[in-house]
Amino acid sequence: MDSWRQHRSAFWAAFTAPTFWLVVFFLIPLSLLWLFSFGEKEGITGINITWTLKQYARALDPLYLGIFAKSLWMAFLTTLICLIIAFPVAIAIVFAPPKARLWLLLLIILPFWTNLLIRTYALIAVLRTRGQVNFGLEWMWEHANSFLTLVGLGSYNLLGADFEPLGMLYNNSAVLIGLVYVHLPFMVLPLYAALDRLDRSYMEASFDLGAGHIRTFRSIIIPLALPGIASGIVITFIPAMGSYLTPDLLGGTDSQMIANVIERQFKSANDWPFGAALSFILMYVTFFGLALRAVLSKREKMGGKAA
Amino acid sequence: MTSSTQSDPIIKIDQVSKTYPGDVQAVKNVSLEVHQGEFFALLGPSGCGKTTLLRMLAGFEIPNEGTIMIDGEDMTDVQPNARCVNMVFQSYAVFPHMTVAENVGYGLKVDRVKKKEIQERVAEALELVRLGDLGARMPDELSGGQRQRVALARALVKRPKVLLLDEPLSALDAKLREAMQMELVRLQKTVGITFIIVTHDQSEALSMANRIAVMEGGTVRQIATPEELYEDPNSRFVADFIGQINLFDGTAVASQTEEKVCATVEPFGTMEIWGETLGPVSLAIRPEKINIDIEKPTTSEHPMAQGTVTDIAYYGGYSNVFVDVAGTRIMAEVSNDTRIRSSTFERGTKVWISFNAEDALALGD
Repeated sequence: MDSWRQHRSAFWAAFTAPTFWLVVFFLIPLSLLWLFSFGEKEGITGINITWTLKQYARALDPLYLGIFAKSLWMAFLTTLICLIIAFPVAIAIVFAPPKARLWLLLLIILPFWTNLLIRTYALIAVLRTRGQVNFGLEWMWEHANSFLTLVGLGSYNLLGADFEPLGMLYNNSAVLIGLVYVHLPFMVLPLYAALDRLDRSYMEASFDLGAGHIRTFRSIIIPLALPGIASGIVITFIPAMGSYLTPDLLGGTDSQMIANVIERQFKSANDWPFGAALSFILMYVTFFGLALRAVLSKREKMGGKAA
Repeated sequence: MTSSTQSDPIIKIDQVSKTYPGDVQAVKNVSLEVHQGEFFALLGPSGCGKTTLLRMLAGFEIPNEGTIMIDGEDMTDVQPNARCVNMVFQSYAVFPHMTVAENVGYGLKVDRVKKKEIQERVAEALELVRLGDLGARMPDELSGGQRQRVALARALVKRPKVLLLDEPLSALDAKLREAMQMELVRLQKTVGITFIIVTHDQSEALSMANRIAVMEGGTVRQIATPEELYEDPNSRFVADFIGQINLFDGTAVASQTEEKVCATVEPFGTMEIWGETLGPVSLAIRPEKINIDIEKPTTSEHPMAQGTVTDIAYYGGYSNVFVDVAGTRIMAEVSNDTRIRSSTFERGTKVWISFNAEDALALGD
């Protein structure tokens, strides 16, 4: 810091560009949007800032509240499933031999190198009626059937006369599968970082004191990995909450999430003020979540001291 | 230590070897026994296999060959949580999210001991390590020495048959380390549990242990009491590793006396000294057993030589005087046992070096 004070010109040189970028491309558009949320539509393109709270009041309509609740629920489920899947994965990576560890981490990061849209379409190809999952199921069905024929039960059609493919697309589970698939790396990486930092001797000490693997996981690993778990939850939950592409492509008519509604306001409905209001409500909900996390982690620290 | 050697060993390591992937052999065919109530030290330079051996006793490593018996039971492949031994880790590994009392009680809670008994035993263990009133503290509020006591209490509260200590004092500063050495000895006497300590610090091992196994390159070089290791090392490696010693190359031939050889060593000539190795040997003599005089000593039967003082290292209670005798560097320890000394040595002083041949050893590798 001292050297920055001595070389003010260097400080400003380094400081100006990002500040300019932030102001022009982030703060100004965001402020405009904030203003729009207090406005009213006028004609086809005009927005009249009247400082009305009408748009926010509209957002409290049960229809939109329901979609908010649904988005929260989907994001919650996504986060929970990601956490359940990511924990063993992160542990496996941490305990893998160093060489394998790099490859495993690469596998986790690899999806980031592919466009989300392409990944989602790939998922459609896997899940659709004539997709790989159903092909696999059909293959198993056929073999099971020919086995039944072999043992003389073929005429009873125990598994149905024909294979009926599962409808795995265009419903809520498809959205959930897609959300988990997209957000899993966001959970694995912070968990891996937290577990990797963990001193192995804590686990060894726990084993040495007579604890088994489950006990050690519950009493030592989870509490010590808590900061990593918390950041994993936050950085999974927030983007999952605002997901747009996944419910749009994988979901059915009833699986839209709040981001899809917002998109519709800006595009087909051409109602920017309402879209802006919904956006800001989404942002406030997110802020509330972040604040809650900060308060909880602070209380935990203090609680630890007091105990 | 004499009485314990008659009883069955509490730990019996029999021809144990451990090879890591990549063909690194950490422990090679080690056999040793530790008896009930002993304070046993595994001593050696880093990478000698002492920590691997300790971790095999704890169950964190499984030997590739050999067996490990603990209290008469084969524990070679038994999981760490099913062994009646406990360990104090080098990093202490005190759980940072638990209070001192919770840390100490963890092992008992895992064993489903009743709450009331846990409380009593935790209090007792904390009293034992003199942390009686710190049970409610969190580990980050403790000093390094206090954290180590927590680790000790946490292991001892389980009443293990053997307590394993992995370099327990290496993270402490010198003053605290000395205090903890005495503390560990006191503790071991109080609880009567067998302690096995791993250390690379020979003074630590000498001052605390009843018996020491000196290790090098995965093998045990000598197992003996501290006195025996210092005064009667079995090899050049042990002699050199324990304390300071002068080693002079020479040759030995058989002598008339049993357990002695006739060694010819420059610049002292031929003499009869303790040893059994024949051929090329090292004459080993500790610096404090070398006399250094301005005048030629009158005891003519002692080996002696004249040289020049090249360096003096002053340590307070004693000084090490380095003497050059015809190109051979000899270290003599001079006790500074009076405040005002009649004869002081300076660089360049011509002096006589002599020693009693009884104090010298002929050692092989």
